[in-house]
Amino acid sequence: MAEEVKTQEFWRWPETNWVNPDIDWKKGKVITAGVDVGSVSTQAVIMVDGELFGYGNTRTGSDSPNSARKGMGYALEKTDMKIENIDYCIGTGYGRVNVPMAQQSITEISCHARGANFMYGPEVRTVMDMGGQDCKAINVDDRGKVLNFMMNDKCAAGTGRGMEVFADLIRVPVWDIGPRSFQIAKEPPMISSTCVVFAKSEVVGLLESGMPENDIMAAYCSAMAHRIMELLNRLGVKEKFVITGGIAKNKGIVKRLEKELGIKTADRAWYKKEYIDKGYPFDTQLAGAIGASLFGNALLKMGKAKSARKA
Amino acid sequence: MIANYGFKDGSGDWYIVFDTDKCNGCGKCAEVCPKKVLEVGPDEFDIFREEPVAAVKPEERKKVRYACAPCKPGYGATPPPCVVACEPGAISHSEGWKILYGR
Repeated sequence: MAEEVKTQEFWRWPETNWVNPDIDWKKGKVITAGVDVGSVSTQAVIMVDGELFGYGNTRTGSDSPNSARKGMGYALEKTDMKIENIDYCIGTGYGRVNVPMAQQSITEISCHARGANFMYGPEVRTVMDMGGQDCKAINVDDRGKVLNFMMNDKCAAGTGRGMEVFADLIRVPVWDIGPRSFQIAKEPPMISSTCVVFAKSEVVGLLESGMPENDIMAAYCSAMAHRIMELLNRLGVKEKFVITGGIAKNKGIVKRLEKELGIKTADRAWYKKEYIDKGYPFDTQLAGAIGASLFGNALLKMGKAKSARKA
Repeated sequence: MIANYGFKDGSGDWYIVFDTDKCNGCGKCAEVCPKKVLEVGPDEFDIFREEPVAAVKPEERKKVRYACAPCKPGYGATPPPCVVACEPGAISHSEGWKILYGR
């Protein structure tokens, strides 16, 4: 009998969900949710009276409605709350028009700006969202309102998906790339092409030439950092500068970007001190969904909410 | 808000830039655009804004480099019709075309 082939998918990052143990949702007045269906990951965030109640962070499948349902189901998994208990739900991200439980959709640019404002605090002036398939640079004011934005969704170079492809190619789990890219003797020259397809063949060439794996990771991280910097330079970076999205978790890119820009990124920690004290998990990927949920809260309060629920 | 519609690639910056604080939503830019890439509607990036605002159509945003090229022989010699039509001066174009068509 043929031996079962063991395969490992190195790009496969772990899915997470969490429920706030300190909130009794039944006592909450307004329950809002935000579902961010991105190209790679889907996040559902539930907020009770503007406080984080729970979230689910999953991978996006091949169709947006199912991904949204999966994300929401995952967020609700550890609680007895039902979708019907949510007063207002807003969809955002690439698949925002296809979120079945959402009453309204808002662009991810607005949501990330608002979410970053909540997560990192009102001093945030520049938000860089490193998504699965695009990167967005946003300048915001102290209320999280967008002042200037620029989006690059023309190609996947310098995005999360590019990093996943790279992880699979060199057979290193995607979350190990950042730390390992620093275990090098000397910073190698960056990969010259940022295009995922070209970079992939360049990496194959480097592997064959005998370059150490860690050096290749460093070269790829600096190429990505350089590409992000090009986008940011046009917009102008102001402190406090934060990165949201999955790539923010990759120290290899963040540190190199800080070096190129000469600006530090803010610590990945909640602005609200009680959130830190209580040890709520901080996930940079949640920014969009948190923003959407906060917009839901604001719209309900202003009486501007659209009432019809699609499904 | 400054809204940049378009993209950046290896060949340069290709953006149509709207200053939405100046835009009054009159729609003259959309009327004069020969390629019909502009439209006026609710502001999708600021949900609390009630007045309509001009924007590039979502399906055209990745193609502005090509759609806008015919309006720019000798970048700056004859300003593009949308820029001329805009009374508050809310529209501008990025440098990509200047490098390509400018003298």
